[in-house]
Amino acid sequence: MATLKAIRKRIGSIRNTQQITKAMKMVAAAKLRRAQDAALRARPYAEKMTALLSNLSSRVSPEAHPLLAAREEKRVDLVILTADRGLCGGYNANIIRAGEKFVRGRAPEKETNLILVGRKGVDYFRRRKIEAVERYQQIGSIATEQLAGELAEKAIARFLSQEAAAVYILYSRFRSALSQVPTLEKLVPVAGAAEESEGQPTEYLFEPGIEQLLSSLLPKIVEVGIFRALLEAAASEHGARMTAMDSATTNAAEIMSHLTLQMNRARQAAITKELLEVVSTAEALK
Amino acid sequence: MADKITLRLVTPSRLLLDEEVDEVTAPGALGEFGVLPHHISFLTQLEPGEMSYKQGAGRSHLAIGGGYAEVLDDVMTILADAAEYADEIDVERARRARERAEKKLDELSREDKEFLAVEAALRRALVRLQVASREARM
Repeated sequence: MATLKAIRKRIGSIRNTQQITKAMKMVAAAKLRRAQDAALRARPYAEKMTALLSNLSSRVSPEAHPLLAAREEKRVDLVILTADRGLCGGYNANIIRAGEKFVRGRAPEKETNLILVGRKGVDYFRRRKIEAVERYQQIGSIATEQLAGELAEKAIARFLSQEAAAVYILYSRFRSALSQVPTLEKLVPVAGAAEESEGQPTEYLFEPGIEQLLSSLLPKIVEVGIFRALLEAAASEHGARMTAMDSATTNAAEIMSHLTLQMNRARQAAITKELLEVVSTAEALK
Repeated sequence: MADKITLRLVTPSRLLLDEEVDEVTAPGALGEFGVLPHHISFLTQLEPGEMSYKQGAGRSHLAIGGGYAEVLDDVMTILADAAEYADEIDVERARRARERAEKKLDELSREDKEFLAVEAALRRALVRLQVASREARM
């Protein structure tokens, strides 16, 4: 049986760990609230944007703009959004696993190039000697319009220069603090939404011309899509961290109560032993 | 709701407005335009500029930073890159932005890549100042 002193030391160290996980949980909860708010506030814009596009696309053919034209997907890009930091449960692992599944799921002669966001993803693929065309890491908060703009520009440029026949994005969709779902979306070509026009398409007036409108609207849609994914990913990360740290705190409490029991038992045993010794010594002296 | 338009104004960071109004004016790509009830379905790009809407007797002014507007069945949806009410505008900041942009424009030649970006920044600052000077909201 471990000595009293050793058990006390362990309890102390676990208490320290618990304080850290508790603090991290608190911080994650505060950040989650903010990230969730931001994600919710951005939703109407993204929804309206999608509605606008599907109204529009039922009226234009895919040939109307290069960003609408689907090509054979011999070579595609995959943007993977991971976190810069760990200690957030299975968050990064889930995303990375989904990414690998996507790559493996494609025929071997087809090429997939990775664009990695977040240090965890970058490290993982570097360890496995898998090359990435672009890496973004240590960017602090990932949900910035600046990063969304950069990624959108990159994706569009690679698509238009034929370096990629399509660009996908893989991110964690925020359902709740307990559940984040790895989600795959196609960024470009911009999906023409519902091909079938339900009922009579309404007569529309365009200003300026439809081509001009498309060439400003389509890149915007890509950017909005990325920005939304970034917001969702940020909320997911904080949610996952909060849950992970919450269960770590609970586990620490459990271990501590177990150890306290052991400690009390050891102390009791020591007392009993001492009593026995005293009694038997007294007995012997008679 | 025969003679009202539902005006929805959203920006990437928030839903600013979802209300019934009587009349809207906005800066379109081909010049300012007004929208009254029973307007034809219409889709346009917006320039940075001043938009306003009338609700009862009052008229509200906003500065918007470009975007898109759609009118469909008496619902007008404005997707703006940025939008601020007249009384939300930070006049000091806009004034500083204007000075910065003006100074930069003096240094740059028309061929510079940055020229357009700085010019756009100047335009945004001017719009903000102009809208802020109205102040009258409601």
